[in-house]
Amino acid sequence: MTTSWYKRTQKGISTPTEEKREVPDGLWYQCPECKKVIQTSVHMENAYVCPECNYHARVGSKEYFSLLFDENTFEELDANLTSGDPLEFNDSVPYPNRVKASQAKTGLKDAVRSAAGKMNNVDVVIACMDFTFIGGSMGSVVGEKIARAIDAARARKVPFIMISKSGGARMMEAGYSLMQMAKTSAKLALLDKEGLPYISLMTDPTTGGVTASYAMLGDFNIAEPGALIGFAGPRVVKETIGKDLPPGFQSAEFLLEHGFLDFIVDRREMKDQLSSLLELLK
Amino acid sequence: MYLDFEKPIQDLEGKLAEMKQIADDSDVDVSQEVKSLEEKIKTLKKDIYSNLTRWQKVQLSRHPDRPYTLDYIENICDQFIELHGDRVVKDDKAIVGGFAEIDGNSFMIIGHQKGKNTKMRQVRNFGMANPDGYRKALRLMRVAEKFNKPIITFIDTPGAYCGLEAEERGQGEAIARNIKEMFMLKVPVICIIIGEGASGGALGIAIGDKVLMLENTWYSVISPESCSSILWRTWEHKERAAEALKLTAEDMLKFKLIDGIVKEPLGGAHADRESMYKKLKKVILDTTAALQKVDPEQRISDRIDKFSAMGVVEDLAPAAEITE
Ligand SMILES: [Zn+2]
Repeated sequence: MTTSWYKRTQKGISTPTEEKREVPDGLWYQCPECKKVIQTSVHMENAYVCPECNYHARVGSKEYFSLLFDENTFEELDANLTSGDPLEFNDSVPYPNRVKASQAKTGLKDAVRSAAGKMNNVDVVIACMDFTFIGGSMGSVVGEKIARAIDAARARKVPFIMISKSGGARMMEAGYSLMQMAKTSAKLALLDKEGLPYISLMTDPTTGGVTASYAMLGDFNIAEPGALIGFAGPRVVKETIGKDLPPGFQSAEFLLEHGFLDFIVDRREMKDQLSSLLELLK
Repeated sequence: MYLDFEKPIQDLEGKLAEMKQIADDSDVDVSQEVKSLEEKIKTLKKDIYSNLTRWQKVQLSRHPDRPYTLDYIENICDQFIELHGDRVVKDDKAIVGGFAEIDGNSFMIIGHQKGKNTKMRQVRNFGMANPDGYRKALRLMRVAEKFNKPIITFIDTPGAYCGLEAEERGQGEAIARNIKEMFMLKVPVICIIIGEGASGGALGIAIGDKVLMLENTWYSVISPESCSSILWRTWEHKERAAEALKLTAEDMLKFKLIDGIVKEPLGGAHADRESMYKKLKKVILDTTAALQKVDPEQRISDRIDKFSAMGVVEDLAPAAEITE
């Protein structure tokens, strides 16, 4: 899918040199889509996109921040918010243990990180979800950090960019999880009132409560190629209708065709395209 | 219809009916026995209904005899003019809405609607709305705002519909938009969970100045059955899931995720419909009157503040860090 976007002076994709050095030579990446094997460093320099088939690998906040913030420099917001356990939820594992295990595994505090910084010299606040943390599920921490990130954008009078990647609600926070949809949407209503831009970027996958709240509320709803985006997951839809789903159902391309996205953006052009869009609004 | 935990009541009520039959058919005076049995039933009911488990409350919330949105409308309002359609695709029959009159006051009333028999359950899609239903609801809220009429919503849904067309027409977008727009409505908004409040499908019409739950209802991010199937790969552990989710009116009020509970008659809303209607009518009128005393801008900012405060987080070290 080509997007009708061009700019006469295109800047290259800036991959910070520090990031480059982190990856030792001799590591290999196999594209899950076309099975092509390339060097990890090549894959990384290509914004984690397969040079062969364009498959956009799932990456997290660390990668998006380094792709979008100038010189990978940003001020992280509310970095130390972690989850409570108001319901004392216990299935096989008590919820706090589940959270701690995920924190240990991922090095993250929860499923979203937020930061303020410059993107091609445009001041922005970006919040980005991490799917590796309990499936990018939305509990109180996710809702609160996004709410505070929107508040930060309002206080700084800068645009807000939300990068969604989520399996949906954090079941272990039940009612609290549900109300995060309300909280984040309320803050976006305030952002509207102040005339500040909101770009919602949906990445693979964006489903459930996230789709039914902030992900679909952008002034600009955009997505990466091939991203799965839906309210109900494909398995649930299939069970509901008792039929196989048409090919490409709930893909970014499908949503674009049905009028729910403004455009699809190649990750390698994302930074320039987003900053150009924001420049046009100034 | 009796639920499984109502079996002891059913047995005694069966016995009572039998006894009365015998009295009718013969000259034996059983009035003493009848009286004592009636007392026994009363005590038993009190005992059962004041010690309901969370799952039993879920069962009551789904009781087929329970009043639905249109029952409340018909029995509370002096007049109701239903308004149809989202002006884009169709008229979704899982959500109804229209202007109503209660004691000389006009309201916009919107609610999920379940069907009462097999045919109507299909027509109403079991109270599971498509995007068209949420868009109709928002359209009607806008009309209410234009004419400065308070909005009452009745929530009673097992969830937003998960069909193919729902996805094609943007179920997520429709719910998201409603949630955001409802925050900015200049008129009072009162939301009442009258049965099931399942997830985004409920929340899509449940952003209000006052969110109330009837005593025997549930409101959560997922149904106990779905929760059970995710956690234990089977629907069988729904009781345990209901306990874990803490989804009752009492739980939700304790968590400050709702504003109040409306008591139901002993045995549930269907056990004494008239008193339920009377009580809810009074709640609606009193709550609206109180909200109308507040300035619209203040109401909006209170509404936003209330939902913004929902959540439990711990801040390990409040200072922000500079990361490179
Ligand atoms: Zn490939």
